[in-house]
Amino acid sequence: MDSSSTGSAKIPLKFELKPPPYPLNALEPVMSERTLEFHWGKHHRTYVDNLNKQISGTNLEGKSLEDVIVASYNNGDTLPTFNNAAQVWNHDFFWECMKPGGGGVPLGDLYHMIDRDFGSFQNFSDQFKKAAATQFGSGWAWLIYENEKLKIAQSPNAVNPLVWNTVPLLTIDVWEHAYYLDYQNRRPDYISVFMDQLVSWDAVSSKLEQAKKSNAAEKNA
Amino acid sequence: MAMRSLLSRKTLTSVLLSGPKSMGLGLTAAQSHRSLQTFTLPDLSYDYGALEPAISGEIMLLHHQKHHQTYITNYNKALEQLHDAMEKGDSSTVVKLQSAIKFNGGGHVNHSIFWKNLTPIREGGGEPPKGSLGWAIDTHFGSLEALIHKMNAEGAALQGSGWVWLGLDKELKRLVVETTANQDPLVTKGPSLVPLVGIDVWEHAYYLQYKNVRPDYLKNIWKVINWKYASEVYEKESS
Repeated sequence: MDSSSTGSAKIPLKFELKPPPYPLNALEPVMSERTLEFHWGKHHRTYVDNLNKQISGTNLEGKSLEDVIVASYNNGDTLPTFNNAAQVWNHDFFWECMKPGGGGVPLGDLYHMIDRDFGSFQNFSDQFKKAAATQFGSGWAWLIYENEKLKIAQSPNAVNPLVWNTVPLLTIDVWEHAYYLDYQNRRPDYISVFMDQLVSWDAVSSKLEQAKKSNAAEKNA
Repeated sequence: MAMRSLLSRKTLTSVLLSGPKSMGLGLTAAQSHRSLQTFTLPDLSYDYGALEPAISGEIMLLHHQKHHQTYITNYNKALEQLHDAMEKGDSSTVVKLQSAIKFNGGGHVNHSIFWKNLTPIREGGGEPPKGSLGWAIDTHFGSLEALIHKMNAEGAALQGSGWVWLGLDKELKRLVVETTANQDPLVTKGPSLVPLVGIDVWEHAYYLQYKNVRPDYLKNIWKVINWKYASEVYEKESS
């Protein structure tokens, strides 16, 4: 509802809170329904509501969420709308990165690229977990696609790869609100469980395919 | 007393140079280097549950025994690595360690102040400051209510993790309200700033009790703020 890059669809003036692609209790017991009720129902909802209030009547109204993020990032000198806009996007993306019965290893192209760019899936997993564990304070860890390679990145607070002009494929939220009810201070436990039981490699693979197509289209343009 | 200050403040090098035997430690140089722990978790002067209902005992226990302890553990580790790098003249490692020292050392500094900023209601928690600090607050902010309102607004607006502070600018001789990100101590906002009251607004400080409603945590924490301690610091630093 909130973004469109095709010319014909009209972008609505207000962003909406997108539900996760599964019921709030679907990730139990590793990510509790209670966590989803607060994380999606309160935190994510508040970012959406506050963003809508902030852009109402301004020239950001009617722009896609991605455009609002980039405009608000303002090359690092962020405008007040940045935090809310980026966090809306980040959380939409985060829910999509998980699924009930997730985890395991990716297949096909994604697996080969991980193998190629990190040496092995185990190496990738270790590095991703380390990035998530060492992001100090609030933030996110990412698998990104840049110059036809896979890389790992970390970002503070609301920052995301869109502002670096790279393509995010996977993220984990390491703000304390993401894990505190279920894991308290034990962020490494949360990260392990995320990798072992929550990651939707299908979602990551399809984002990779999209990224490769866009990349090819840009090159041929 | 002298021994304790040596262990906690001097570099390990000076301990080794004076010789473990002369200090009566009976340890080899290598052992004394590895077994020295520079900083330890300070005790609270109240029980974990004593700040209820403003801050739950569950939060106090986790905050003190897990979060603060982890900062100390990692701070000590970083300092030991720093010592090694300095001995080897490994400048790039010395520089690389600065962020771990700032995060974890800052976490230790800030939380050590925080525990003293809090006290049970029956020990005077929430009682408004009298004397020179009370007067200074009225002068600079108009009233204690105005100060609290300002700190709560800035604390609520802080994006991500950090602290909101009431500080004394020793040079300008005035009170300030400041925020710092992550575990940056107040002094990172100005070298002449002295912390009087710090409020932790990292989510771990309130989440189990207040969830996403940080403003409710901020409203309630004033009931257990130890203004006596803040006044003592103010009087000492403004003399």
